[in-house]
Amino acid sequence: MRTKFHQGLEDLRDRLLRMGGLAEQAVDRAFEAYRDRDLAKCHSVLEGESKINELERGIDEAAFDLIAMQQPTAVDLRFILAVVKINSDLERVGDQSVNIVERVMDMIDLPFVDLPVDIPRMASATSAMVRRALESFIEGKAELAQAVLEMDNVVDRMRDEAFINLVRKMNETPSVTQQALDALLIARNLERVADHATNIAEDVIFWVKGADVRHNVGDPSTDAETQT
Amino acid sequence: MGVGITVENLNAWFGKHHALHDVSMIADANKCTAIIGPSGCGKSTFIRCLNRMHEVIPEARATGSVRVGEVDIYNGTSAVQVRRRVGMVFQRPNPFPSMTVFDNVAAGLKLNGIAPGKKELEELVERALRGAALWDEVKDTMKKKSGASLSGGQQQRLCIARTMAVEPEVVLMDEPCSALDPISTGKIEELIFQLKEKFTIVIVTHNMQQAARVAEFTGFFLMGRLIEFDRTEKVFTKPSDKRTEDYITGRFG
Repeated sequence: MRTKFHQGLEDLRDRLLRMGGLAEQAVDRAFEAYRDRDLAKCHSVLEGESKINELERGIDEAAFDLIAMQQPTAVDLRFILAVVKINSDLERVGDQSVNIVERVMDMIDLPFVDLPVDIPRMASATSAMVRRALESFIEGKAELAQAVLEMDNVVDRMRDEAFINLVRKMNETPSVTQQALDALLIARNLERVADHATNIAEDVIFWVKGADVRHNVGDPSTDAETQT
Repeated sequence: MGVGITVENLNAWFGKHHALHDVSMIADANKCTAIIGPSGCGKSTFIRCLNRMHEVIPEARATGSVRVGEVDIYNGTSAVQVRRRVGMVFQRPNPFPSMTVFDNVAAGLKLNGIAPGKKELEELVERALRGAALWDEVKDTMKKKSGASLSGGQQQRLCIARTMAVEPEVVLMDEPCSALDPISTGKIEELIFQLKEKFTIVIVTHNMQQAARVAEFTGFFLMGRLIEFDRTEKVFTKPSDKRTEDYITGRFG
């Protein structure tokens, strides 16, 4: 047994889970900040970003060391590559959360307007995608990851609906253009978070099954099942 | 040019010990095939069956079919003829210590009953030494220095030159770099890439990174059985068998 190597893999997994927890928390807090028009929550998301960035660098460094020092192969190599890519996606989830609270801070400065967009529903779907993508990583289960991929279309449709309705609102009531534009950008940010969750799920399938299912190519069910 | 090797239902014994069980595989012509597996898995026994070296051990025997090109080496051909076509490089370089570098290479020809004229012999030795990437290092001293005076890496390349001199079609290598430092290992690996143009190569190695670097195909042996045989990149990134995965990821062995 390569004890030190396998401890290194476990350490990498633990770090990524910490990163995942922070990214998931950032999205949830960003939505709460929108829902409650809460400036303190906005600041909490902004302050959390540096921790996410710091973890991202540490994970990349640890993965780089493992590749250089341990020459991983097969499932271990796929795991490390998946961790590096998921790490990057989680950092981007953190960035999108920051983008959302920046829009929220702008909205807080403006009068409240009732807009034709269901941000809570969209945030709930997006947050569920991130959570399930991370669960699929924790469990090492491709079928959980596959379910995340299937949720992406739903969020895409919500984003399209938001776009149509908010543009119409801007045309009908130009005085609320700024608020509508903020909401539109928040919808777009949430849709991007869903895309990152999709990427994470694809990376989990790559790790577990060795199948590249990006861009709707490759069927994971045809590959040999391998798990650590 | 190299020829392919087709192995079908190969079994090998040492006395009552059944060392290889029904091994079947194909080593493609002018490609390098790596054989990996834990100690005692039968990989050295396997390649020694490919040029009938296995049978030189008392009470050792083999059954099944090994075809080098179209010739079944266990049926109607002599072991000497087989070894002329299927050369072998061993784990520890074994030049003849009392012979010069030149004579070491020439000995390969003489031992195989090839007796060229002086000029032709010089040409054959030079070609073999160039082919083994040793010429530049020994051309001025090869008729004075003994083979044993060379460094370990040079000695191994000398043994490769000796093997190449008789122009075999297949070269078997049994852990050829296990006694060498990383620089010498790098030279041998570089050499393997060049040798593939002329020969078919089958290499046994404990160094999995080496297998990944030099071989197009890799076979994983465990307890005398060929567990998995596939393209090297497949074996090292997405092996089909859990036992292969456990071995190459260091979970056992």
